[in-house]
Amino acid sequence: MLNQKHAVLLESPAKTNDVPPPSPVQIQEPDTKTVGRVTVDKPIMTTRNVDVYYGDKQAIIDVSIDVAYNEVLSMIGPSGCGKSTFLRCLNRMNDTIESARVTGKIELEGHDIYDKKTDVVTLRARVGMVFQKPNPFPKSVYENVAYGPRIHGLARNQSELDEIVQTSLRRAGLWDEVKDRLGQPGTGLSGGQQQRLCIARCIAVNPDVILMDEPCSALDPIATARIEELIDELRQNYSIVIVTHSMQQAARVSQRTAYFHLGDLIEVGETATIFTNPQDKLTEDYLTGRFG
Amino acid sequence: MTMTTADKIQAGLKKRYAAERRFRSYGLVSVTIGLAALLFLFMSIIGKGYTAFQQTYLKLDVQFDEAIIDPQATRDPQTLARADYGKLIKKTMRERFPDVKNRRDKRKLYKLASPGAVFIIQDMVRKDPELIGTTQTIWVPADDDVDMFIKGYINRDDPESARRLKDKEIAWIDALAATGSLEKRFNKTFFTAGDSREPELAGIWGAVVGSFYTLLVTLVLSFPIGVATAVYLQEFAPRNRWTDLIEVNINNLAAVPSIVFGLLGLSVFLNFMALPRSAPLVGGLVLSLMTLPTVIIASRASLQSVPPSIREGALGMGASQMQMIAHHVLPLAMPGMLTGTIIGMARALGESAPLLMIGMVAFIVNIPEGPLDPSTVLPVQIYLWADTPERAFVERTSAATLVLLAFLVAMNGAAVWLRKRFEQRW
Ligand SMILES: Nc1ncnc2c1ncn2[C@@H]1O[C@H](COP(=O)(O)OP(=O)(O)OP(=O)(O)O)[C@@H](O)[C@H]1O
Ligand SMILES: [Mg+2]
Repeated sequence: MLNQKHAVLLESPAKTNDVPPPSPVQIQEPDTKTVGRVTVDKPIMTTRNVDVYYGDKQAIIDVSIDVAYNEVLSMIGPSGCGKSTFLRCLNRMNDTIESARVTGKIELEGHDIYDKKTDVVTLRARVGMVFQKPNPFPKSVYENVAYGPRIHGLARNQSELDEIVQTSLRRAGLWDEVKDRLGQPGTGLSGGQQQRLCIARCIAVNPDVILMDEPCSALDPIATARIEELIDELRQNYSIVIVTHSMQQAARVSQRTAYFHLGDLIEVGETATIFTNPQDKLTEDYLTGRFG
Repeated sequence: MTMTTADKIQAGLKKRYAAERRFRSYGLVSVTIGLAALLFLFMSIIGKGYTAFQQTYLKLDVQFDEAIIDPQATRDPQTLARADYGKLIKKTMRERFPDVKNRRDKRKLYKLASPGAVFIIQDMVRKDPELIGTTQTIWVPADDDVDMFIKGYINRDDPESARRLKDKEIAWIDALAATGSLEKRFNKTFFTAGDSREPELAGIWGAVVGSFYTLLVTLVLSFPIGVATAVYLQEFAPRNRWTDLIEVNINNLAAVPSIVFGLLGLSVFLNFMALPRSAPLVGGLVLSLMTLPTVIIASRASLQSVPPSIREGALGMGASQMQMIAHHVLPLAMPGMLTGTIIGMARALGESAPLLMIGMVAFIVNIPEGPLDPSTVLPVQIYLWADTPERAFVERTSAATLVLLAFLVAMNGAAVWLRKRFEQRW
């Protein structure tokens, strides 16, 4: 029911979870120094030879990687290696930083997102973002979730909006906790609830991809576990790219893992393989805690 | 013997606490001095000004003599308007004190009633011509000297030559007071009339209305322009040499002495654009120039204080720049912007120097009916009255200052209230 409405906005084939668009016949593995296979059979997003500069300083060096449908891709690496920077390229949040400059090619379902014709508003509706620090709007719980559908005109009337809000809160596993306090400020919730509210807010516009930048770093283990469960459930409907400092978390929630180091994408692979049998020395050092 | 860490800390502790106590007492002393100064200011203004809220009235049994008002009995409004009502008052006073024969004394006797009494009687007749032929008891304002005497500002023990009221006049006043014909009443005139040469007829309403129109123009101009400028500079403008230049200039403008804006207004709005002199419109324009930098700086500061996480949250949802600003940033920044604006308005309300330059210092009796009518403003009215020699204007100066202070307090109260409301909503 959501998908139909969103089709107008998204201008892409209505997304159904089990039928990704036909994949290219021959996948050309790009020319990179990255160890492991960076491509996937059915990519929703592809990035090729992405460089990011802050002024003169290069923060991302020639990174190519794909994001598949219905997968959780985790990005790990030491602090300052450019994980956030790369993540923010995927929905052009880097546009807000004046000194940032992005080159290379990033495509969402075959459309270049840095193309002049691409509307950043539509892009960000399709590629949502959850931030490190929970940042609910200082409005009611309801308004927080209803905001996206409102600005994108996804609901024709109040009852549709109510339904979207309820569905999103349910999917974020927050409905039972907040259903009696929808009118109260979202900032009054606990940290974990706030983060789930932000996730609900994000999925209320039914994006294709959700970017999460250390979504659990401000939360206690129990709240973290809830979010991890949630991420796993969300995978049924969305592709998720998550930056995390917790290798356990990466191991628990993701199917593929990418290891960044000083702006380079060192290694990509199945999470299980990377954690048990890293190919690159740097990856191994980091995973075994010898990095430093 | 070696000292442990705890011992060393112990040794220094006393000094630390002493320093803290000292600092606290410095603070306390300065707060006390500030409060004392404020208290002194208020006491002095209230002490000097409160008597102005009362005015001595004189009871007259006026016979509305048809022979004087309307000898032909036409009841023609023209005739009624032109009749010599002063004669009625003179007659009443003569009958009250039949012993006064000398012309000089008579004139002094007549002057016990305010010149405004004539207009009161005229007004009564205009409203109700039926009064002609009857005798009415009416209360009219007493002359300001009588008022000052009743209020005790003229001392009967002073030598006669040093007093504004001579012995004879004091005798008449005593006689009137003894029969209950003099009474202190609430001074409504002070709150409803415009300026006048006669203190007992002078009021602040003209200045209040002038201030209102002036501030209205100021608010209508400086708030939207200031906020729009701040939003543009803070949210949209690229950071380059031009915006830096603009920023530096705005900061400089905030520090420009206000009289300079008056000079600018004189040459641009009056001489070049030929707008009317003494008009609240021009006053408002000038004060807007003065207030704008304050509003812009305060608005930018409050925009800047909106947490970036809120902006990112909105942008990350796919809100456009404008939606982000309108839906999230502006509502959060609004309390700060309002505070800045109200502070700017309060400054504008108390400003007189630039308005002197554009002619708002004229003597204006009429209550302005719009922002184009000549008028004055409260601080200029205070300035004008402070400059007059009559004792009765001294108390009115203080009373007008009190009114101005009351407006300022009310404005600040409104700012606090608005802020509270906004903060609850968000
Ligand atoms: N706005 C910015 N301006 C200039 N340099 C920046 C900016 N943001 C990040 N950088 C630099 O880019 C590099 C990558 O930063 P980034 O935030 O992407 O790292 P990260 O991997 O997310 O680190 P962390 O794990 O600590 O979050 C760092 O060297 C950082 O100093
Ligand atoms: Mg980061």
